[in-house]
Amino acid sequence: MPNASVAGQGPAVSHVTLHNGLEIVVIPDHRTPVVTHMVWYRNGSADDPVGKSGIAHFLEHLMFKGTEKHPQGEFSDVVTSLGGQENAFTSYDYTAYFQRVAREHLKTMMEFEADRMTGLVLTDDVVDPERDVVIEERRMRTDTDPSAQLGEALASTLFTHHPYGKPIIGFMHEIEGLHREDALAYYRRFYTPENAILVVAGDVTESDVVTLAEETYGKIPPRGERPQRYRPSEPPTRAARRVTLADGKVEQPSVQLSWIVPSYRTAQPGEAEALEVHVQILSAQGTGRLHRKLVIDQKIAVAAGAWYMSTAFDQSRLSLYAIPFPGGDLDALEKATEAVIEDLITHGVGEAELKRAKTRLIADTIYAQDSQSSLARMYGSALATGSTVSDVAAWPDAIEAVTADSVRNAAKTWLDSRRAVSGHLIKDQAAS
Amino acid sequence: MTSLTDKPSLASRIQTVRSPSGVEAWLIEDYTVPLIALEIAMEGGSSQDHTNKAGTATMLAGLLDEGAGPYDSAAFHERLDDFAIELSFSASRDLITGHLRTLARHRDEAFDMLRLALNEARLDAEPIDRVRAQLTASLLQEANDPDALANRAWFATAFVGHPYARPTKGTRDTLAAITRDDLVAYRANIIARDRLKIAVVGAIDAATLASALETIFGALPEKAVLATIPVAIPSAVGTRHIIDLDVPQSSIRFGAAGIAQSDPDFVTASVVNHILGGGVFSSRLFREVREKRGLAYSVSSQLAPLDHGPLHMGGTSTKNERAAESLAIIEAEIASLAKDGPNDEELDIAKKYLIGSYPLRFDTSTKLANQLVHMQVENLGRDYMDRRNGLVAAITRPEAARVAKKLYGEGKLFVTVAGRPVGM
Repeated sequence: MPNASVAGQGPAVSHVTLHNGLEIVVIPDHRTPVVTHMVWYRNGSADDPVGKSGIAHFLEHLMFKGTEKHPQGEFSDVVTSLGGQENAFTSYDYTAYFQRVAREHLKTMMEFEADRMTGLVLTDDVVDPERDVVIEERRMRTDTDPSAQLGEALASTLFTHHPYGKPIIGFMHEIEGLHREDALAYYRRFYTPENAILVVAGDVTESDVVTLAEETYGKIPPRGERPQRYRPSEPPTRAARRVTLADGKVEQPSVQLSWIVPSYRTAQPGEAEALEVHVQILSAQGTGRLHRKLVIDQKIAVAAGAWYMSTAFDQSRLSLYAIPFPGGDLDALEKATEAVIEDLITHGVGEAELKRAKTRLIADTIYAQDSQSSLARMYGSALATGSTVSDVAAWPDAIEAVTADSVRNAAKTWLDSRRAVSGHLIKDQAAS
Repeated sequence: MTSLTDKPSLASRIQTVRSPSGVEAWLIEDYTVPLIALEIAMEGGSSQDHTNKAGTATMLAGLLDEGAGPYDSAAFHERLDDFAIELSFSASRDLITGHLRTLARHRDEAFDMLRLALNEARLDAEPIDRVRAQLTASLLQEANDPDALANRAWFATAFVGHPYARPTKGTRDTLAAITRDDLVAYRANIIARDRLKIAVVGAIDAATLASALETIFGALPEKAVLATIPVAIPSAVGTRHIIDLDVPQSSIRFGAAGIAQSDPDFVTASVVNHILGGGVFSSRLFREVREKRGLAYSVSSQLAPLDHGPLHMGGTSTKNERAAESLAIIEAEIASLAKDGPNDEELDIAKKYLIGSYPLRFDTSTKLANQLVHMQVENLGRDYMDRRNGLVAAITRPEAARVAKKLYGEGKLFVTVAGRPVGM
């Protein structure tokens, strides 16, 4: 969750809530006369009803199918004719829609986006081919790729109860059964002003944005309160688990290790930041511990790294991966990967590597200021997962405050190899 | 605060900066964010690899930041990290490119790291072995990836006998054959001042940059030694090549000869391509293949103006049972554009999009620096950013129809398919 407001150098971000509950974040960037206009809804695949996996993502596709006021294609044609770009994306915790246009077209974008918050019209004629599109998307991303299939198996093993264990795009057999009514029911439940966050970054001021938003989004009647996200909590993990995916198409094996860890929203103060620094210490390119130990010293991996999904509404995940040297044994590599974590837990981290990790993370907040769309995404994803604008603003200070002890403690608390899920990708010799 | 696209024109904000010995760069000064982006490009790329050493350029690009001057690989990376400097190199078929981003306050350290990488990369045995192993692993990872297979087969077959047939990342065998001497020889031939283009955007003034240019690039050899690359004309056009792979979806790659960037019709060809399959939600291929029939998630086309053999290309992924239908629709759309050209409405929308969205292409310092390097590589002239929208605006329907015919000819394609397509 890098952010922009470093030592007063970043943009003056403002945060306003309209009378109908719509939250607004304005991020000024006056270098180019363009704006990035985004609407974030606080619902994602983890809010898919049981048996309807993929509905959040399917609805995202269907949101381009037109409204009572503007039939299919009109919005996209207008964006195109104005020289704008648009798209949308769905994650576990949010769904977002964006356009990038010259600043004078901001109001037009707001009118269309506000219109499709409540005016969506769906017929089977457009829903049916779009379901096929999503099916092809799943085939492209997952069903032709053994490593993506292992990823799904790992997630569903790590999260046995919480919906983060289900793929964002949905399971094929459930996508095939998603219908118009499912999409509309989900739409009516979640697409409300109280559930939305408007993020505008670019060559605008707070007052411009609020005035325009009142004239557009402000006309949408409030529903009373924000929809509830019903998500079962994951029970405490006690078992280590192993999933193995064998496929004749695999030529390069690999190993992964994953743990459930807190997100910014669920962590104790400072804990998520400590995990963030921890991951940086483990996986910085060319200097990370995984690279140093597994690739350089032991020469058992050709590459190794780590990532942490810190921006999440519920307990989230942290993963390590390693790609073995040709012919290398995956069990040995997995043990060596665990040993890197255990060594850190036992001996802690050095001041030099701690400082290096923090420098890099904080510098990223300055680099982020160079891209208004990155800034918009940063604030949107933070707010959609329960963080606040001031959390984002205070992030560099919070990273600066991370100590060697807090990194070690966070690793000790959360990265216990007796509770990890490991994933092995191997060649199915029989099938090849 | 000046804006990147306000009047006065963008072109007028480009300064040409020359070091005492004549190293030249284009600079746009901008102090909004305290950072500097520097992009370089050198003619060469993987087409300069020796026949049995495909992957040399890619490997060298991966090794320039793996130790240089007094710093071994580990020390070099630590120094980059200590100052939060981003430095990397990459290779395409025609170019080696370098990418530097630094906080303004670490400018001197960053420039020194770039100087070391270009002039004094150590090419030590350990990183050579490691980078070779990493590239080999990445080849293995995509060994049965349908998209990668279709793409590799397309170039291998269409350009058989030409350097463009060789994969940029090499093969397992050619990577294994590359020696340190090969890397040193490649570097000596390619990294030189006469084929080097430089662009800088950010918090630095011309005088400071001029002296930095001298330090970073001044000691490089004067002249590159480039092997002559023959003109490449894709063969096998009109045929289909199927790679059997046990997956539920077929990846299709199609293409044929295109139009060079230097061709006066290139801008018009870009508009025609946008109408065929360049636009995300508005192209003919999107509407016909995806929106109306649900045949694919991704379908697109692009112009690939390779220096020695420009192409028009495209691709999609569609379930095996309907792959033949998808391809037939694509071929029909290309044939129809070749025969009749675009209609008034689609031409109008495409022009409006390409004009209006032009500034979005360089809305970050890195993207802008990239654009400035690209303009130098392609010899477009400093005023191109001001002229370009006028060129698009002036395109008429008869003009677009003429160029569509020139671009697509009789609409014949060379097609590769990875998967188990039915009825093809």
